[in-house]
Amino acid sequence: MPATAAEGAPSDDQHGPDRPGSHGAGTGARVTDLRVALTGSGIDVVDDIDLVLEPGEIVGLVGESGSGKTTVGTALLAYSRAGARITQGAVDIDGHDLLRLDLGAVRAMRGRRVAYVPQDPGAALNPAIRIGRQMVELLELAKEGSAADRLARARAGLAEVGLPGDEEFLARYPHQLSGGQVQRVALAMAFLPRPKVLVLDEPTTGLDVTTQNLVLRTVKDLCAAHDVAALYVTHDLAVVANLADRVAVMYAGRIAEIGPREEIFARPAHPYTRALLDAIPHLSSARALAGIPGSTPGPGRRPQGCRFHDRCAYATDECARVDPPPETVGPAHVVRCLHHAELPPWSIDTGDIADTAPSAQRDVVLRVEHLDVFYGRTQVVFDVNVDLARAEVLAFVGESGSGKTTTARAIGGLSRQWTGRVELGGHELARGARGRSAADRKRIQYIFQNPYLSLNPRLTIEQIVTRPMELFGIAKGKAATDRAVELLDAVALGPTVLTYRTNRLSGGERQRVAIARALAAEPDVLVCDEITSALDVSVQGSIVALLDRLKRERGISMLFVTHNLALVRSIADRVQVLQRGRVVEQGFVVEVMENPQEDYTKTLLANTPTLR
Amino acid sequence: MTALLPYLRSRRFVVGLVVTLAVALLAVTGPSFAPHGQNDIVGRPFTTDGAFGTDYLGQDVLSRVLAGGRSILLVSLLATILGMVLGVLIGVVAAYAGGWIDEALMRLNDVVLAFPQILLALLVLTAISEPAWWVIVLLVGFSHAPRVARVARGVALGIVPRDFVTAAEALGESRARVLLAEVLPNMTAPLLAEAGLRLTYSIGMVAGIGFLGFATNPGAADWGQMINENRLALLVQPWAVVLPVLVIGVFTIGTNLLADGVAQVAGKGGQ
Amino acid sequence: MTDTSTDTAALATLPGPGVRRRPATGAWALWIGRRLLLALLTLWLCSLVVFLATSALGDPVRAVLGKDYGTSPERVAALREQLHLDDPVLTRYFSWLGHLITGDPGVSVASGLPVGELIGPRVANSAVLVVVAALVMIPVAIGIAMLSAHYRGRRADGIIQVVLLTLAGLPEFVIGILLVAVFSTTVLHVLPAVTIAGGGAPPWSTPVSMILPVVTLVVAVAPYVSRIVRSSLLEVLDSDYVELARLKGVPESIVMRRHALRNAIVPGVQVIALQFAWLAGGIVIVEYLFSYPGVGASLVDSVRNSDFPMVQALAMVLAAVYVAVNLVADVVSILLTPRARTAIAS
Repeated sequence: MPATAAEGAPSDDQHGPDRPGSHGAGTGARVTDLRVALTGSGIDVVDDIDLVLEPGEIVGLVGESGSGKTTVGTALLAYSRAGARITQGAVDIDGHDLLRLDLGAVRAMRGRRVAYVPQDPGAALNPAIRIGRQMVELLELAKEGSAADRLARARAGLAEVGLPGDEEFLARYPHQLSGGQVQRVALAMAFLPRPKVLVLDEPTTGLDVTTQNLVLRTVKDLCAAHDVAALYVTHDLAVVANLADRVAVMYAGRIAEIGPREEIFARPAHPYTRALLDAIPHLSSARALAGIPGSTPGPGRRPQGCRFHDRCAYATDECARVDPPPETVGPAHVVRCLHHAELPPWSIDTGDIADTAPSAQRDVVLRVEHLDVFYGRTQVVFDVNVDLARAEVLAFVGESGSGKTTTARAIGGLSRQWTGRVELGGHELARGARGRSAADRKRIQYIFQNPYLSLNPRLTIEQIVTRPMELFGIAKGKAATDRAVELLDAVALGPTVLTYRTNRLSGGERQRVAIARALAAEPDVLVCDEITSALDVSVQGSIVALLDRLKRERGISMLFVTHNLALVRSIADRVQVLQRGRVVEQGFVVEVMENPQEDYTKTLLANTPTLR
Repeated sequence: MTALLPYLRSRRFVVGLVVTLAVALLAVTGPSFAPHGQNDIVGRPFTTDGAFGTDYLGQDVLSRVLAGGRSILLVSLLATILGMVLGVLIGVVAAYAGGWIDEALMRLNDVVLAFPQILLALLVLTAISEPAWWVIVLLVGFSHAPRVARVARGVALGIVPRDFVTAAEALGESRARVLLAEVLPNMTAPLLAEAGLRLTYSIGMVAGIGFLGFATNPGAADWGQMINENRLALLVQPWAVVLPVLVIGVFTIGTNLLADGVAQVAGKGGQ
Repeated sequence: MTDTSTDTAALATLPGPGVRRRPATGAWALWIGRRLLLALLTLWLCSLVVFLATSALGDPVRAVLGKDYGTSPERVAALREQLHLDDPVLTRYFSWLGHLITGDPGVSVASGLPVGELIGPRVANSAVLVVVAALVMIPVAIGIAMLSAHYRGRRADGIIQVVLLTLAGLPEFVIGILLVAVFSTTVLHVLPAVTIAGGGAPPWSTPVSMILPVVTLVVAVAPYVSRIVRSSLLEVLDSDYVELARLKGVPESIVMRRHALRNAIVPGVQVIALQFAWLAGGIVIVEYLFSYPGVGASLVDSVRNSDFPMVQALAMVLAAVYVAVNLVADVVSILLTPRARTAIAS
């Protein structure tokens, strides 16, 4: 829409704060020596951040939870959430340092010069205001053009993101849109006042890959068309690999490494970047994923010296003492590591392994025939058939609403509204867990997606892990505790956690406890429902490695429910692709991934972001 | 012990606890250091003799205030416990059972909620002219139950859908154990706050019933009843009314602070 | 959340603006009809509670006559006759209910006058008291809540919260008696301690006598309302959409007005409805304390005299007010919540 762009540009200048700017228009943004600290304690959330965004460029800001990436993002708008304060640094946009302006002037910059696209637009759009009104709110406040002009711009903006701009659409409330639509409305809204700088805060979280891909393409096109300097905040390196021009990797409140996209993915110079890349599954081949031990330290728990040294494979004594300065290692490639020059060579192919070969010899443990599942009167799963062999991982993959979790819950005995036949070891199972015998319940164990919800916060880890043993008569008292220690050891947790409650554990540790609880019943089949999707990739890597070991050492079979096709390649032997409650394609992973037959599978594969 | 720590850091909780315990101590031990017996006539009615004067019969006001707290304390406490037990039971079962059981229980709950609490008590007092003390316990307790049930159901609805409850069911734990070991322990903080609030209202209601003149034991010293006995003489002998009013007021302020302190801690996630 | 295919599905199922009208009215009528039925059902169950609590728990004649019960068997017989006590409970209940529905709540045992005549003016008096108290209380409570939310976490907020918390625990009669002691009897002598309305004149003919009852009700109820409104305001102010509005550069006054208040008002409506119920309970104590000639004082007298027909009628009036206010509050909240509104219309 070049017409609207031209119309928007001149009017912009009337509303910026009047200060003679040393730079011309379109200089992007420059962040210098930024520090954001907790109010009260003064502990830093992020520290020593230098970042430049050039016009027309998308910079990916990648980090795991607790890294401070969102804090940096909102700091570009001179904003910090309650409990934190920007204490130092400069944010230069359009010749103004936002951190030196008064609130009124900052407000005049927000939205108009530097705009923000929120993480969860479903919550970020006002539920009580119609889409059309929300879109033109800012133009209205600035008294730009007539009401008809503003409406026309809103329509044009919606057209740009591929949404209808008709009356009916503008009159909708946010809850009447789908997740992808809401996100595109938020994008259109951000672009409407023609900002120079855009901060996107994980805008595709919770979207399905197809929708995500659409939103990402829209972001890319709009940024290029309007010469916007964009900061794309995300935890997902694979997304950044297909979108960003440059990538900054954050760890524990610092930028550990920043450089051109090709450099970061081909020649990562920081051990953390390398470890992250090693933890990411690829679509093009199976990998032995490796996690990073420990978890990202939050504000106030970050170590002296290099903040990564306590989890780093290459750390020396010096790393614990010396805070590594930023060093340039290539064109526009800066890294904070004392030993970057001494690191061994690295390749993105590290860890590639062979896929499971299709074989005829399978010892089937679990067989599901003609499974139909219902929600009330609506049927949501149609005629699903499954067979799962001993020591085999079968992945259920699909987008939200595909029925993959519903199917898994029916098999696990968590729901009773289904018909069909589920056989375990040749013996038919009752529908709900209460109808099944103790022996049957023991043999199938279910692991939930969110370890923050699946463990009772009032119980100690010992109570949680020993309970299945008592219930199924496997062990009691001292013997049970001893077994719990063994199991915790098997999931790489020390015996000290026995007396802890879950609030002292990180997400990854909690999920390990959940796995230990499942193992305590000595099951034949584990049903894993998106068990890594609430976790950081580095933690996901180690959980996947753990599951793989359990499969090999204990001969456990697994149903692995996931939306992530790349993960399927690394963990599963066979896969069933579900769409709207039906299995559309199934087979050995290598066959389905290398040679998909169905259009739906092909679309999914094409839309899944991956490094390779 | 460590579970108490966050509470002791809340100033409201500590102040509330101290005030509540002080008034409770006064109520329990008061009779033993009262200068006179609660029914001793020490002079003419409404004089200013003694620390706080005499009441409508010429009994010593201070002695009657010191003697008149036990019944309120006991009746309020028992009523609160009854209301909490009943209400939590109804609320938790409704939330856990769901479906038509939930629907039916909540409909019935709404019916009782349509009556102001004091009205529920008065309805029954119409038929019973001289109620025994335990009748008041039942009345106040029952009138709390639907209100507690609503709160308990709300809290339980936040717990029941969590996966650890589903996990326990998948393991085949009995329904009673799921409720007692998985659901209830995660409700303690908000329920404690509710109990504090209910205690506050119990005191107000029990005293209020006395104030309205529905004495369980005419002649005996009782803070609410004292107000009723002497209130027409507010102009001549204010202490006979104001002293019991102040004690009740301080007591409810204490319990209310206590309840809010608990709620504050509960809100911060310290379960 | 949803894939693109459901985007088009959503488009197809949502009617355009032109066709939206007609099916919506039908859905609304159905919804309101269901709500009304539910309210009637609740009221009917209330009548059961009222009747059983007053008639089935003890011997009404013994309660009415007190000490005379043993001494004058002829009065006992007469009263049993008047109250139809020889009929089975169910018959009595349905005859009472039938009369109640047709607007005849019976005859007062104490005065022998028709209950309808006795409570008519009393209901009006109480309604005036409650409405005046509500009109004072609602702006005061919301104003304090906004002030407190504005100074959130700072000293002013802390002081307001402590004061509100202290007042919130106090029973109505404690507040009332302290106010009387301060303004009428012991400290100052500026306001009347009781409502004196001579010769059947309504109490508001001497407005000064209404001051203390109204203030007592307001002080008893406002702190609670204020605290709830404050916390729902804070919740909205912490929401993602208020954050986004700020990040869009929307001025704070508009953030407050357009984005925060509009979403905070729904819980506000619910709270106000709840408060009417509280006020209905509060008037029992407050009217008795100030001898205000309303439903509450009348109720206390009737309970003391075991005047069953009066108590039953007054209790039904109070319950009906609660049910009606709740119904209105539900409808208003739904109208103010787009999500709920569209859910009904579709």
